[in-house]
Amino acid sequence: MNTDISQTITRIAEIIINELKLEDVTPETFDADLDLIDEVGVDSMDLATIALVLRDEYGIRIDEDDYPKLTTIRIIAEYIDNKLKSDD
Amino acid sequence: MKTVSSLLDDHWYERYKKISRLNIRSSIYDVTDRCNLRCKGCFFFSSGEHERASEENDVSKWHAFVEKEMDRGVNLAILIGGEPTLCLDRIEAFYQRLPTFCATNGLIKVPRDRFPDMMVGLSLWGDEEDEIALRGKDTFKITSANYAGDPHAYYLYTITPKQLGKTGKIIQKIKDIGLKVHMQLLSNDEGVDGFSWKPEELIAVRAEMDAMLDAYPETVISSKYYHKVITTGRMLDRKFGWMECPSVTEPIDKRDPRPKRLTNFIRWASDLETMHRCCTSETRDCSTCKDGAAHMSWVMVNKRAHINTTEDLQNWIEVYEMFAKLYQFIPW
Repeated sequence: MNTDISQTITRIAEIIINELKLEDVTPETFDADLDLIDEVGVDSMDLATIALVLRDEYGIRIDEDDYPKLTTIRIIAEYIDNKLKSDD
Repeated sequence: MKTVSSLLDDHWYERYKKISRLNIRSSIYDVTDRCNLRCKGCFFFSSGEHERASEENDVSKWHAFVEKEMDRGVNLAILIGGEPTLCLDRIEAFYQRLPTFCATNGLIKVPRDRFPDMMVGLSLWGDEEDEIALRGKDTFKITSANYAGDPHAYYLYTITPKQLGKTGKIIQKIKDIGLKVHMQLLSNDEGVDGFSWKPEELIAVRAEMDAMLDAYPETVISSKYYHKVITTGRMLDRKFGWMECPSVTEPIDKRDPRPKRLTNFIRWASDLETMHRCCTSETRDCSTCKDGAAHMSWVMVNKRAHINTTEDLQNWIEVYEMFAKLYQFIPW
C-alpha cells in the first residue's frame, strides 16, 4: 500500500472516531473498507462535519454532490489523494 | 465499535439499507395566506402568521424560487398554508420539479389529471361533533367523497383529548374508504377549552395510539416509538424543546449553542422572502409543542444516538420508515 495513502487512512479514521465519538475502535483497528453508511451509520450531516475537518486539514473542498460516493475511509483517502494530485 | 449489522438481524438490516441513503432534506412553504375554513386551534391564523407577509402573486416568481430551493439542496417540498389548493398554479411550480406533499383540508379536490401522484395529506380533527366544534363543519363527509381509494392521499388525523376512546371509530371509517391515516396531536395554540393535554391524557392517548396501530396495521402509518416520543416529549435521555428542535429555520436560528444536527430547514412565508421561526407557530411554547413532523425529524436526525442497542436502532428505523412512507420515498 502507498505509504501516503496509508497515513491518510489512519488520519481520516482518527477524525471520524473523534467527530462521531466512536468507542471501542482506534485509528489502527478501524477497517478502512467498512461501509460508513451501512455499517457505521454515518449520514449526510456527519459527512458535512467530517468534510469541514478534512478541508481544514488537507486544504481541499469536498463537494456535497460527492458525499454519496464517499462510502469508506479508503475511498475518502483516495478521493483526497486525487484532489491533491490534481492541484499539483 | 457497534456497527449497524451487529445490532440487526438480516430482516432489519435490509430495512435499514432501504432508508439509510435517502438523505431527505425538506422545507415547508406557506402557499397562501388564505383558507376556506377557519379552524379553532389552527396555528397559522391564531398566531397571526397570515398577516406576516403579502402573497407573491406572480407565478413565474414561484417557479424561480423553487429552482433556488433545489440549489439549496431541498429534495422534499411540504406545502401548507392557508389552504394550498386555492393556488394550484403555485403548487405546480413545486410539483413539476420536486417530490411534493400538499397538506389540505380536502374541501377542494386536487385535480389528478394535473397532479397524478402528488401526496395529499387530508386534515381531520376528530369525529363529526369535534369537527363541527373546531372547524365549523364535518369535513370528512366531503373529503371522503373527494379522495376515497386514492393511493396518493392519506388522513392527517389530529387527535384531541376529546377523542380519547373514539379514535377506533374514526380509523375504521378511514379504512372503509380505502385510505391510510397518520396520527398527530393537537397543540391547542388558541387554548380552546377542554382541548389542552393533561398528563394522564397523554398517557392514555399513547396507549390508544398503540392499540390503533395494532388493530389497523395496514391503515395506520405510525410507530410506537413515535407515540412514545410525541406523548412524553422524551427521546433516549433527552427532552424535546427549543434547544433540541431540528425544525427551526436555519438562517434565523439564534440558538446558542446551536444544535449540531440540522438539515438546512426553512419555513417560508408566501411572499417567498419572509422566513417563519420554525415549522409551526412562533407563539407556541416549545416545551409543550406536539408537532408531529418536528418530533419525527428530531428522531431522524439523531440516528447515531440510536446505534446503541438493537431496540433503539429498530425504533429509529421505524420512525424513518414512517416519514419516508408519508412522503412517498418508499412504498406503503
